[in-house]
Amino acid sequence: MDPQQHAQPKVIEIVPQDAAGGDEALFEVRKKIYPRAVGGWFARWRWGMVIFTQLLFYGLCWLPWNERQAVLFNIVERKFYIFGIVFWPQDVFYLAVLLIISAFGLFLFTAVAGRLWCGYACPQTVYTEIFLWIERLFEGDRMARMRLDNAPLSAEKVARKGGKMLTWALLSAWTGFTFVGYFTPIQELWDTLWRFQLGPWEAFWLLFYSGFTYMNAGHMREQVCKYMCPYARFQGVMFDPDTLTITYDEARGEARGARKKGVDPKSIGKGDCVDCHICVQVCPTGIDIRDGLQYECIGCAACIDACDQVMDKMGYPRGLIRYSTENALSQRWGWQEILRHVARPRVLVYSAILAVVTGAFLFGLLTKSDLKVNVIRDRGVAGREVDGGLVENVYRLQVMNVGEHYQFYSVKVSGMPGITLASDNVIELPAESSHIFTMRVRVAPESGKSGANPIRFDVESLLGDAQTSEKATFLIPR
Amino acid sequence: MSDFNNEFWNVWVIVITLGGILFCVLLLWTQSRARNTKGEVTGHVWDEDLQEYNNPMPNWWRWLFYLTVVFSLAYLALYPGLGTYGGQKGWTSVGQYQEEQAAAEAQFKAAYGDLLKQNIELVATDEKARDVGERMFLNYCAQCHGSDAKGAKGFPNLTDADWLWGGDPAQIKETISKGRNAVMPPFGHLGPQKIKDVAYYVRSLSGSVNPHTPEADRGKAVYNSAGCTACHGAEGKGNIGLAPNLTDKVWLYGSRDATLVETITHGRSNSMPAFGEFLGEDKVHLLTAYVYGLSLGNRTEANR
Repeated sequence: MDPQQHAQPKVIEIVPQDAAGGDEALFEVRKKIYPRAVGGWFARWRWGMVIFTQLLFYGLCWLPWNERQAVLFNIVERKFYIFGIVFWPQDVFYLAVLLIISAFGLFLFTAVAGRLWCGYACPQTVYTEIFLWIERLFEGDRMARMRLDNAPLSAEKVARKGGKMLTWALLSAWTGFTFVGYFTPIQELWDTLWRFQLGPWEAFWLLFYSGFTYMNAGHMREQVCKYMCPYARFQGVMFDPDTLTITYDEARGEARGARKKGVDPKSIGKGDCVDCHICVQVCPTGIDIRDGLQYECIGCAACIDACDQVMDKMGYPRGLIRYSTENALSQRWGWQEILRHVARPRVLVYSAILAVVTGAFLFGLLTKSDLKVNVIRDRGVAGREVDGGLVENVYRLQVMNVGEHYQFYSVKVSGMPGITLASDNVIELPAESSHIFTMRVRVAPESGKSGANPIRFDVESLLGDAQTSEKATFLIPR
Repeated sequence: MSDFNNEFWNVWVIVITLGGILFCVLLLWTQSRARNTKGEVTGHVWDEDLQEYNNPMPNWWRWLFYLTVVFSLAYLALYPGLGTYGGQKGWTSVGQYQEEQAAAEAQFKAAYGDLLKQNIELVATDEKARDVGERMFLNYCAQCHGSDAKGAKGFPNLTDADWLWGGDPAQIKETISKGRNAVMPPFGHLGPQKIKDVAYYVRSLSGSVNPHTPEADRGKAVYNSAGCTACHGAEGKGNIGLAPNLTDKVWLYGSRDATLVETITHGRSNSMPAFGEFLGEDKVHLLTAYVYGLSLGNRTEANR
């Protein structure tokens, strides 16, 4: 790559290494990538996230809560349990807000430090990491795996490959089982699984999720990020010159080349890069970070760990490959300067929106009522005369007890002088059920104008603090 | 499929469908062999300097394309799509509808089967049957009779002891499944004065107005001579299935003087639609029991 391109830092030009002429097929056969094992500060972070996310995923579904599973999405009955809260389809609003929070979280993290999600938390990365670890257990590290793939078929090869595939398959099956366990109570699922009585949909999703875990983490790997994932492609527009990305310090590293240990690179006209290619070997997407920022880079920081180790061995300062920004690199900023640029308008606006929406979301959750009421006036009955010269209107109150306890509610009507309820003013509802109650309301015709009069129904739990009021209209015939 | 009025269109659809698939295969095949200059850009430029390379696709993507071709051919063999050819599976949307209906029917039978064998009086006391009856009532009946079944002008109250067509389970069932049509003929030819008098007399029958007045006497004469007795009877007590009782305080259209004058002058025509075919025997059974149960508390021993 031509070093002069960095004289104009604004233009990010990506030139393929062998762009000079020649032709190629429209379809490209994948070159298998053998990522080399790497340890270090960022690898520990990555593994920390693997353990954290997977403990959550594999473990949460087994957690009990009173008489039921703590987290369960019951699609058949359309009730979604998350610890103490039961969500009904009417609560899809919360899901929308949660998605908004996720989106702004993603925007914020990406604006500050690039593809943090891709590198540390995305299931594709996490499962690839786990599957690679299993692969390493059976087939060894990069060189051993490459040798094994090139070796002729032998009992050892079959044993190693077979062992790996079997372990992968078992883990995939467990992953699929866990996934379905969030939709069918997992204890029940476990029992039906062993009695071979899985429902067709459960069997389908178990196999589907298992199959795709195996395929994506075992075989597709970086291709999911390169060819399928939309986020990988639109991350580019969320970067700006102050976004932290994994960066090769070209000015410091070039001219690259091998040298003897202890030789001062300047004296032989070289930079700090010893051109050992370890940064390329550890890369799970098979790119050379020294070519600059590329769309394939998932920001996993494996190359930083690898390069730091080499720098340590060479006795050079760490950070030839590091988290840095475009501006920091071109203007030789230190960490303090980089941090000062984190608090830029974009980041502040994202943070502010995120804080407000998250606050509103938490407030909404904490004040979520276990009672929902809809009032519908009987349209066919315009208002009938009843004994005592009163006018009667009929309403349907659809009352939903969203909570997990049997409830008694009092119903009151107000809004016109002397308005009364001619039906039972106490109603009862079993837990998590809804019922339509027919309510007759009476008032003297002189209490309101002829035509529509606004009234209000107040429904209040007699056992808890749930209460709600709904507007309605009372019709007095002319 | 009888959508084609001409065999040409059948052939036309088949040719276009298969021709399109064949074209896709040929395109894929030629593109698999095509070569591209390395590093070529597509020519699109965004934001002044952003360009797009014409990079090769992953090889497996091509097999996905072929897979869609295989899928579409298999689909066309199994399901309708090629002109009038119905497919190996013989699928039709009507067939699917009927299958789903049958499945729902079976589910209903499984849930309420034992109730369907019991007689109406017994079903009316069953809580489960009342629940499903109430839901059906709210769906199919409440639009006219009201959510509380107390009716509205022109639509009878179902919770009282007064039945126009009879309150026996069998009679209620017949009303629901076959519907009812009722006509009160117009008596406009009597002239305004006579109509006013007879209206007064009719109101006096239920004690709404004083029966011992000259108006009432004049009205009674009209009532007896104009033909009212033919349906409503000499005492005005009506006949089930023929004419309403005029001596109770139950009024289908209202008890005001003007309303009665209107009824007598212009007559009334009303109908209850038939639900038998739409709901089916089983649902009518449960609905009958629900409606029968609505008035149980208001019935006297005589009409229970």
